[in-house]
Amino acid sequence: MLKLQEVSKVFRVGAFGGKTMTAVDEVSFEVGRGEVVSLIGESGSGKSTIGKMVLRLMSANGGSITFDGDDISKLDKRAYYRKVQGVFQDPFSSYNPIFKADRVFSMIKEVYFPKEADRVWRDKVASALNDVRLDAGQVLNKFPHQLSGGQLQRLLIARALLLDIDFLVADEITSMLDASTRIDVLNLLADLKLRGLGVLFITHDLALGNYISERTVVLHQGRIVEYGPTAKVFETPEHSYTRKLLASVPQLHRKWEGV
Amino acid sequence: MTTTDPITAITAPDPDTPPISNRREALYFAVRNGKLLVGVGIVTIFLLIGIVGPFLVKSPPMEYVGQPMMPPDGEYWLGTTTFGQDVLAQFVYGVRSAFVVGVLAGGLAALIGMVIGFVAGYRGGLVDEILNMLTNVVLVIPTLAVLLIINAYLGVRSVGMQSLFIGLTSWPWVARAIRAQTFSLRSRDFVDLARLSGVRTGRIILREIAPNMSSYLFMTFILLFGSSILIASSLDFIGLGPTDGVSLGVMLNHANQWSALPLGLWWWFIPPGVAITAIVGALYVANVGLDEVFNPKLREL
Repeated sequence: MLKLQEVSKVFRVGAFGGKTMTAVDEVSFEVGRGEVVSLIGESGSGKSTIGKMVLRLMSANGGSITFDGDDISKLDKRAYYRKVQGVFQDPFSSYNPIFKADRVFSMIKEVYFPKEADRVWRDKVASALNDVRLDAGQVLNKFPHQLSGGQLQRLLIARALLLDIDFLVADEITSMLDASTRIDVLNLLADLKLRGLGVLFITHDLALGNYISERTVVLHQGRIVEYGPTAKVFETPEHSYTRKLLASVPQLHRKWEGV
Repeated sequence: MTTTDPITAITAPDPDTPPISNRREALYFAVRNGKLLVGVGIVTIFLLIGIVGPFLVKSPPMEYVGQPMMPPDGEYWLGTTTFGQDVLAQFVYGVRSAFVVGVLAGGLAALIGMVIGFVAGYRGGLVDEILNMLTNVVLVIPTLAVLLIINAYLGVRSVGMQSLFIGLTSWPWVARAIRAQTFSLRSRDFVDLARLSGVRTGRIILREIAPNMSSYLFMTFILLFGSSILIASSLDFIGLGPTDGVSLGVMLNHANQWSALPLGLWWWFIPPGVAITAIVGALYVANVGLDEVFNPKLREL
């Protein structure tokens, strides 16, 4: 469904843009329908940049990104966002602090369903909230700071569901949540997958990637160092960076030698 | 699964609902802020003088109506000039023109500064560099020298013309400040989310970014309003004011030209001087008060 071919992103840095910095270097991978692909990498590896390029918040310098065979940079933005949506890392920064949280829904209504009757829309919102296991009475008409991080992230997923999307870019959506709400949000993503949604799951957490995804892309300094089925990547890593990454995960039942 | 009934949701007492109670809170502190009340009070008095005054005086401001050089008395409350013009009539028309200049020039400068600041800050890149260059160029234009040249070309100058000139030259600092704030706001995720909702750029700036700095924008306009009046008065005083009307600066200019000070005609130059000082001073005091209202850290508790 979503296909990246040798996608690159080069930033101009320094005075007068004299120097360049390659954030993403000829990255190619694919995400199919009903598939979760996790994009794993450390900070600065270019994983969020890839997410932003897929969401067209940034343009790529080289290569092509296609969605169902069409180059995304040539598609109408509003039509594209109807099929492809994103959820970001920080739930509190994703909401305009001076407005109520459910404004994310009314923005969708204004742009995509301006003619829909309020009653019909309310039912739609309620059913989307139901899908993400939120109680409408608890979350509607509240300000962002009155809701928890988990509720806010699920509201954003509900927002994406209102558009009946085919693809979701989940950019570290669980990294600001605590362990118990994290698993709720992950299970929600797994549900979406069963409905045929493609998900690009961007994370720095190997365990989360392993939990949810079919295939894994490991990114290091803008390049793909490992790409394949998740089980294979985790059991028989080929690249030294992947091995190092796997070895550096703290184990639940093991302590640091100095303790 | 039902949505909350909007009516009960609004009336339900909710102890920590910030924006609504933020507005209420701002009002709460506003009516208790001495600086703001004094400032707004003084400005309101002069505003009323400017609005109502011209309807109450008997003669047009420049007409020769009475004995020359009369001190204030029952008929001419502020006396007359060397030529027998009614100083009170000149004064009320002058106050009116000060507010006109403030609103027009301040409004124009605020508008230009906001448009350029928002676009430069939001767009970034080449657009930002071009707009930034324009801002810097206007910032270093020697206003007075340019005005002298324009003066040589234009025979008749009106208050509107003067406002246009002040408005076109005093926006750069606004543009710079708003650009900087927009820069920091546009990288927030909620702006990206609005883009993902298909909202267009202009609407994102107006509905997502600008409301986050509304108090700042409001204060910017107040400051521009005051400084426009001050600039206009200075220009009028050195003889670059409107040729087809009267203003507080023009009154001072005439008083100076016809030796009001050596002749002891204090009623000719003290009222306009006091009015300019009071209006501009009150606006700045009100601005300090507003700052305290909007910024909890500055409140005196």
